[in-house]
Amino acid sequence: MIRPLEHIVIPIGLIVVGGLLGWSFFLAVTGEAGDRLASVALARVPDSGVSNPVTSVLLNFRAYDTLLELAVLLSALLGIWSLGAAGPGFQPAASILDGMVAGFVPLLILSAGYMLWVGAYAPGGAFQAGALLGAAGVMLALAGHRNAGLPCESRLRLLVALGVFVFAMTGLLLMVLGDGFLTYPPGLAKWLILIIETAATLAIGATLAAAYLGGRPAAHPTSGETA
Amino acid sequence: MTDQLLYAQLLYGGSGIILVLLGLWSFLVHAPLLRKLIAINVMGAGVFLILVAIAYRGIDTPPDPIPHALVLTGIVVAVSATALALAFGKRLDQDAEPE
Repeated sequence: MIRPLEHIVIPIGLIVVGGLLGWSFFLAVTGEAGDRLASVALARVPDSGVSNPVTSVLLNFRAYDTLLELAVLLSALLGIWSLGAAGPGFQPAASILDGMVAGFVPLLILSAGYMLWVGAYAPGGAFQAGALLGAAGVMLALAGHRNAGLPCESRLRLLVALGVFVFAMTGLLLMVLGDGFLTYPPGLAKWLILIIETAATLAIGATLAAAYLGGRPAAHPTSGETA
Repeated sequence: MTDQLLYAQLLYGGSGIILVLLGLWSFLVHAPLLRKLIAINVMGAGVFLILVAIAYRGIDTPPDPIPHALVLTGIVVAVSATALALAFGKRLDQDAEPE
């Protein structure tokens, strides 16, 4: 049976919307290139303390954007925790998976460190590194570690707030010193970005792994399950 | 602008638009929460594809870093929104069971 709304009205509406989107996209890419932000951003990359343009936009030119992004991540996790405790989701893994996890988790942590460092001059950075750490946590959770390798709740709370805290404190400190919120002095920019990115990596990794658990983690992880 | 650059941009941007439309259709038509959630994520992937296509400037020039940074931001927001929505859905299911 044909339902008119589902099979006629919505598809036709979507085709019209798609045509408009495609047309405006075509005009956007073929149109006369006016003053683009890209040239301004690329010209200032050498002043930003890092040589990777994407990192310099994320951590310097648009740093407050990234700060708020970390806040979004944190508030999503607080929302998840407010819904109750995490269920005992997984059985202890078979020995083959356990052995694989034992090999892969250190590799993931190592790659996260590399990603964090390489972000200054090539694709990489805090979010990619944090995603790798989060993946390590998810692997541990799948292999039956009840807390996904995360520390006990009080320390975990410090860890997930670390990114926003270090970021905001750096900004406020610079403001007190007279440079303006998150306006790095040129000589220090590289180190400030590295400090912020390290804190953000740890916070993002912990937040992603904790979000995967789907609730507040156990207050006292039983011995042998803290990795 | 060379033809090759234009074709690449239209190919990626067009695929992005198709993903947005497919996601929007599924979001409007299917009732289950999980399907709506997947539909939103497909739409998000389409938007990222459009942004990456806009950032592309050919092999010789570096891509526009600003849409790239927006995509990174968007991925993080999409992941956290999905996690929160899944947790809400799980809790709704838990509370519905005893009835």
